[in-house]
Amino acid sequence: MVFFPNPIPVPQLSLVLPEIVLLALTCVVLLTDLFIPARSKIISYLLVQASLIAVAVILILQFHWPTTYTFSDMFVFDKIGSLMKIFMVGVVFFVFLYSRGYLRQTRLPQGEMYVLGMLSLLGMMVLVSANNFIPLYLGLELLSLPMTAMVAMNRGSGIAAEAAIKLFVMSALASAILLYGLSLLYGTTKSLDINQVAQAVATMPNSQYPVVILSLVFVVIGFAFKIGAVPFHMWVPDIYAGSPNSVVLFVSAAPKIAGLGMAIRLLVQALPSMNIEWQALLIVIAILSIALGNLVAIAQRSFKRMLAYSSIAHMGYMLLGLLAANPTGYGAALFYILVYSIMALGSFAVIVLMSNSGIEIENISDLQGLNSRDPWLAFLLMMLLFSMAGIPPLAGFFAKIGVLEALIGVHLVWLAAYALIFAIVGSYYYIRVVKVMYFEEPKITDPIQYSMEARLAMSVNGLAVLVLGIFPGVLFTLCQRAF
Amino acid sequence: MTINMILEQIVFYAAAVTIVFAGIMVIGSRNPVRGALFLVLAFVASAILWILLEAEFLALALIFVYVGAVMTLFLFVVMMLDINLEPMKTRFVRYLPLGLLVMALVLVLVIFAVAPQHFGTAKYAVPQHASASYSNVKELGSVLYTTYMYPFELASVLLLVAIIAAISLALPSSRKRRLQRPGEQVQVKREDRLRMVKMQAEKKILPSRKWLKKR
Repeated sequence: MVFFPNPIPVPQLSLVLPEIVLLALTCVVLLTDLFIPARSKIISYLLVQASLIAVAVILILQFHWPTTYTFSDMFVFDKIGSLMKIFMVGVVFFVFLYSRGYLRQTRLPQGEMYVLGMLSLLGMMVLVSANNFIPLYLGLELLSLPMTAMVAMNRGSGIAAEAAIKLFVMSALASAILLYGLSLLYGTTKSLDINQVAQAVATMPNSQYPVVILSLVFVVIGFAFKIGAVPFHMWVPDIYAGSPNSVVLFVSAAPKIAGLGMAIRLLVQALPSMNIEWQALLIVIAILSIALGNLVAIAQRSFKRMLAYSSIAHMGYMLLGLLAANPTGYGAALFYILVYSIMALGSFAVIVLMSNSGIEIENISDLQGLNSRDPWLAFLLMMLLFSMAGIPPLAGFFAKIGVLEALIGVHLVWLAAYALIFAIVGSYYYIRVVKVMYFEEPKITDPIQYSMEARLAMSVNGLAVLVLGIFPGVLFTLCQRAF
Repeated sequence: MTINMILEQIVFYAAAVTIVFAGIMVIGSRNPVRGALFLVLAFVASAILWILLEAEFLALALIFVYVGAVMTLFLFVVMMLDINLEPMKTRFVRYLPLGLLVMALVLVLVIFAVAPQHFGTAKYAVPQHASASYSNVKELGSVLYTTYMYPFELASVLLLVAIIAAISLALPSSRKRRLQRPGEQVQVKREDRLRMVKMQAEKKILPSRKWLKKR
């Protein structure tokens, strides 16, 4: 009797090593966390950080390997995926570093948060290196389910429960829409493999064209839901406002990188011959996101909500690079999202670190006179906000320049001008926060207490924006070469 | 058209109509328990469709897993919750026109997309029936652990996430938790539970007159 009628080659496990190591070490952390007493939780924290460092080292050592497919072509190893993974692991490392003090003070379960965060990271890594719709969808679910649990972890709080339910229903809806689109694509192309789908769509008879358009619309809607772009953005501010600060820190940075990875796999690699159609869809989404994000952010009093709307606007700018539909544009979008993840990480980290003193920091007025309480922290936050606004020597400026350059390259000058006008509108609310920090008197004058390693990480994070602004060359070239 | 094909079509349309009817009733029924039972009906009817497609294993799995396990648990939960539907009803009426509009739009688009000119028998050959010795389970098993090993492993991680999330959200904090320690419980002695107190005999105190009057 033949057990394997169609034997497959043994998968190249060395390519998937980062994922395997991450999953194995997550299980180790999960088990050790159960057996160590509450007062020595630092052991599980150190274990988590050590495993993230190990994964990052493997990723960096693998970086120069050529593009390879494995696991019956379901997994792709390429430069895009590797670059995104390195940044995601780094961002999550910083997230855990910042949130340790916060988690200890708010008595949220530390071990579970770390384990769920690592599993969500695994989902992001699977998502950005998927070469088939099934792992892509599973990665997406693996990304969002732990996040929902993390939002709900603050069980006493009503708004946290509301935010978690909203996130859960919205991500289920987005997944359903995306799956419907993918099932239509499967019906027309008879394949789930991204390269085969691309081939089948390129050689498709015209009569099948409307079905592919419809599936494309569903796919774009699903993607826009996931990254929170207008008109599918309603959940973003509520989730940011309702979750514990440390979870917002997690949600705001790394998953956005994974969102771009998903768009690259689904639109750029699976439907390259439909680029005129998805370009039109993305133009509408980008225009709406930039306008609504920047305008509504002005009216916000809550710092978290303001950053939520600013993230919507930034997603719009990132889409500008993607919709240029050429390698320069993709590289610019990748550079934008990587720089954005650093900026979002830093600015949310400030409220997480400030909340350490016991009170939850939420409103812009809570930042009053930050300069006299902690000049270094105020300076770093000022740099991060200026970078978000796109002020010259900082990284955010070059990210915006790259995106606009790609737009002008494909003769969408009007769109570039529009984006520029709203960038100026947007700089108003960033500078207002700087004004509150520097020119208003503080209500509470005691200095902010936070650990030495968080201070060090915060400095690295803030100065990274400056260094990347002065020397953007290396990262920018890496992003461009990835495509 | 042979008699077999006619029978097949009758079964198909009966099951399809049942699914649509049950789906509408899931949303429309007043009582949540009844809604859950209609969902069971929808699952059973979809299982019939899968049997028609010769996916016997999946059809049985749908019955065992969804009807047998998931929906039974779901019914328990629904029965235990005291859901007041009145406030939801008013909102339902308010959003009904918009909902109907969106539904009509999506329906038209979907009908257009899966219309016969795109997916009809002219485009795709009518699938042949498998031979009698064809084993659905064997086919599934031979690809599940080879070609689809990667997604299979990922799905298992997803289940791990569900377990961790459910336990960490539902488990009470260590103070409130009531643990069973059988090893210690069986070794309990009388002295641990019972304390004999010697008390001096006291005079019986009668309730005062005033107090008696009050009663």
